[in-house]
Amino acid sequence: MSAVIGQPGVHDHGEAHDHPHGWRRWLFATNHKDIGTLYLWFSFAMFIVGGINALLLRSELFQPGLQLFQPEFFNQLTTMHGLIMVFGAIMPAFVGFANWQIPLMIGASDMAFARMNNFSFWLLPVAALLLVASYFVPGGAAAGGWTLYPPLSTQMGPGMDLAIFAVHILGASSIMGSINIITTILNMRAPGMTLMRMPLFVWTWLITAYLLIAVMPVLAGAITMILTDRHFGTSFFNAAGGGDPVMFQHIFWFFGHPEVYIMILPAFGMVSEIIPTFARKKLFGYSSMVYATASIAILSFIVWAHHMFTTGMPLMGQLFFMYATMLIAVPTGVKIFNWIATMWRGSMTFETPMLFALGFIIVFTIGGLTGVILSVAPLDINLHDTYYVVAHFHYVLVAGSLFALFAGTYYWLPKWTGHMYDERLGKWHFWLSMIFFNVTFFPMHFLGLAGMPRRYADYAAQFTDFNMIATIAAFGFGLSQLIFLWAIIKCIKGGVKATDQVWEHAQGLEWTVPSPAPFHTFETPPIVK
Amino acid sequence: MSIGKKTWQLAVTTALAAWAVTVSAAPVNDMPGGPAVRQYGMQAPVTSIASGQHFLHEVLLWVSAAIALLVFGVMLYSIVKHRKSNNPRPAEFHESTAVEITWTIIPLLIVIGLGIVATGEIVAQKDTSNPDLTVKVTGYQWRWGYDYLKGEGEGISFLSSLSTPREQILNQQPKSDTYLSEVDNPLVVPVNKKIRVVTTANDVVHAWWVPAFGVKQDAYPGFVRDIWFRAEKVGTYRGHCAELCGKEHAFMPIVVNVVSDADYRTWVEDKKKAMAALLDDPNKEWQLAELQARGEKLFNANCASCHQASGKGVPGAFPALAAAPVVLGPKEPHIEILLNGKGQAMPAWKQLSDVEIASIITYTRNAWGNQTPLNVVQPKEILAQRGAAK
Repeated sequence: MSAVIGQPGVHDHGEAHDHPHGWRRWLFATNHKDIGTLYLWFSFAMFIVGGINALLLRSELFQPGLQLFQPEFFNQLTTMHGLIMVFGAIMPAFVGFANWQIPLMIGASDMAFARMNNFSFWLLPVAALLLVASYFVPGGAAAGGWTLYPPLSTQMGPGMDLAIFAVHILGASSIMGSINIITTILNMRAPGMTLMRMPLFVWTWLITAYLLIAVMPVLAGAITMILTDRHFGTSFFNAAGGGDPVMFQHIFWFFGHPEVYIMILPAFGMVSEIIPTFARKKLFGYSSMVYATASIAILSFIVWAHHMFTTGMPLMGQLFFMYATMLIAVPTGVKIFNWIATMWRGSMTFETPMLFALGFIIVFTIGGLTGVILSVAPLDINLHDTYYVVAHFHYVLVAGSLFALFAGTYYWLPKWTGHMYDERLGKWHFWLSMIFFNVTFFPMHFLGLAGMPRRYADYAAQFTDFNMIATIAAFGFGLSQLIFLWAIIKCIKGGVKATDQVWEHAQGLEWTVPSPAPFHTFETPPIVK
Repeated sequence: MSIGKKTWQLAVTTALAAWAVTVSAAPVNDMPGGPAVRQYGMQAPVTSIASGQHFLHEVLLWVSAAIALLVFGVMLYSIVKHRKSNNPRPAEFHESTAVEITWTIIPLLIVIGLGIVATGEIVAQKDTSNPDLTVKVTGYQWRWGYDYLKGEGEGISFLSSLSTPREQILNQQPKSDTYLSEVDNPLVVPVNKKIRVVTTANDVVHAWWVPAFGVKQDAYPGFVRDIWFRAEKVGTYRGHCAELCGKEHAFMPIVVNVVSDADYRTWVEDKKKAMAALLDDPNKEWQLAELQARGEKLFNANCASCHQASGKGVPGAFPALAAAPVVLGPKEPHIEILLNGKGQAMPAWKQLSDVEIASIITYTRNAWGNQTPLNVVQPKEILAQRGAAK
């Protein structure tokens, strides 16, 4: 390599950089772009699988009474929908973006640990196979909810063991991915790119990666205890043996709450890249955005028990977790205000990435406000475990994380493929997703307030109309995603040549390399001034 | 334009189809003590706790609406005014410490205000001291058990199971207005008395929830937790299990009858008499017909949700009892399964009385064409086997 430095443009590396073709290119992939592509396709496949689960359970909920499935299968659908979407779709999708974009954005030639990168990806299909296979073992898939609360989870058949192993493997993959991301960001930035000059997407991923390393082992511990309770006679969560089922909930949510920020912080990062580009104006309050992200991450460790207000915790516990949770609204609000200030007096155009970013702000704000409502412990007592909560977390997760992922895909797709995507398809995708999403999930607030519990296979006939509306719109939302697939395939196959800059006001190192980004980029680090 | 028109037509057709399905379904009325048709807000409060929650929800809703209106309003204005066609040259500014501090402080103050309002409510909710009546609520898969521990009615104890007929769930009969929100034995409490509810569970985590009271408390096996309520209006109020507890999670509702003091006294007397009558002499020899009649009722309330009233079970999920080897074979293994459960699906039923278990077994040994020489099981046989197990 030393020979290369100082001779930019000379590709005299002999065999070392010759990369395999065909299936070997993917199985033995060590290039961050190839691995990023693998992650993104994998997560899209899981998004479809998880989505089919969701549509099946929505079909059962179309009318009161049991029409299509027995309740035990319904519970498997809700559980697997949650596990697959969280661990199979949303998290790997963000890692895919990290793989593609972080080296390009910090001017690095690749990720720090290329072979570990390969391993952390190829663990995922194994875990996915375990999850999907669990439907076909005696007793079916895990049916205790994605939260896997014992003692219900100790009652299940072998499907639960498969789910536990799958989550173990996914956790290992996430930890390796995070180590890779942190090492890359801290050691491989181009000369001149100080921490406070890093793009916000890189910042949010750096913080997210630390969160992952902190909490994935905690989850692994919790589910290992369930495993030994199930098979080796321990009683961590069994009162008869001196254990406590509530302890699982504490451990789970100590993982679980940072986990929800793991799924939203990189989304904040993407939106912070996209809005300045299309407003043709620098991001407002860069440093306060960084500090707000860090504050949210730190607060995420001290709010977990707001998922547990109905467990009957003592008064001081409820007060502490209520206050801490309410506090999160402050840095989150700062972010939203900064985005709007970025738009203010800008010169905006509304291509698909911008539409999804604006859609993100709207639905995420609604989800954030219902989050504040739920944080109020005495009120949460009545709303906990109802459809209000289902509505809330789908507003922040589907509309939040997923819309940001769509925005990011359209934003960087020209850089990845070398072609502009079809703007008309993108707009159709946005408007249909936005409308169907809201029609699906907004009535769920009503259902929750009126008293419909979540995870119910059947419900009182008074709830029928809102459920019907939700089911019909859920199918609309699901089918709209086929437009997304179509737009991507069309963009890969061809289209208008993308320029290097792609967007008029795009800033950052990734826009200085050709479109499509060549297999090797920044072999000589760029200088950032 | 042609695509737009087609999509529009499709949307209209879909909406019409949805409407047609809705109106063709059986007409539903508001549920007494439960949600109204298409209810979009919280159920009418009947306790001070629920009124407090209503107040909090109103406050939060309006604060949220104001914030949303402001944020979205500014955003919309910017989208219209600061688009490239209206504002071709973007401004240059990109930071302002004063502005950042302002929009950190203002939300902080709003949050502190909300926190103060909420704190009083939470303190009131947690105060379970000096109750007039204490009831222990036990969550079972999948029914509730009520034990009156202290106060008028002390000693009363019963199970409360879903009473919606299976035919309604399977869409063979029209659904009633109280579909899935009705039970055989409701909890009965006096009006305007402080009721302390102590929750626990037998198997997995359940949660006892009555929306109109604003109380929800998880029930943990091996632990007790408590909450309280004071219902201010006579009536019937309905709730549900709110923590996923397995396959029949949606089928273990809660019904609370709030009655006047006088009615409560009458109910306690009647219930005590009925319970005394139920305290049968375990050594009494029962007649086949007596056991069968009692067993049929108990079977339909407790067993038919899995094994079906037809005794045919659900193939692949729940075994048939008609012509089943266990039901036709020796008595001991049959009694053993009822007392201690089997595998993951069949729970233990030891909380039922000897007479009740004997009745159920006797019923199943004679129903659906089952024929066995060992067709009568006496309560004392259950008692003997219970004792042997200890």
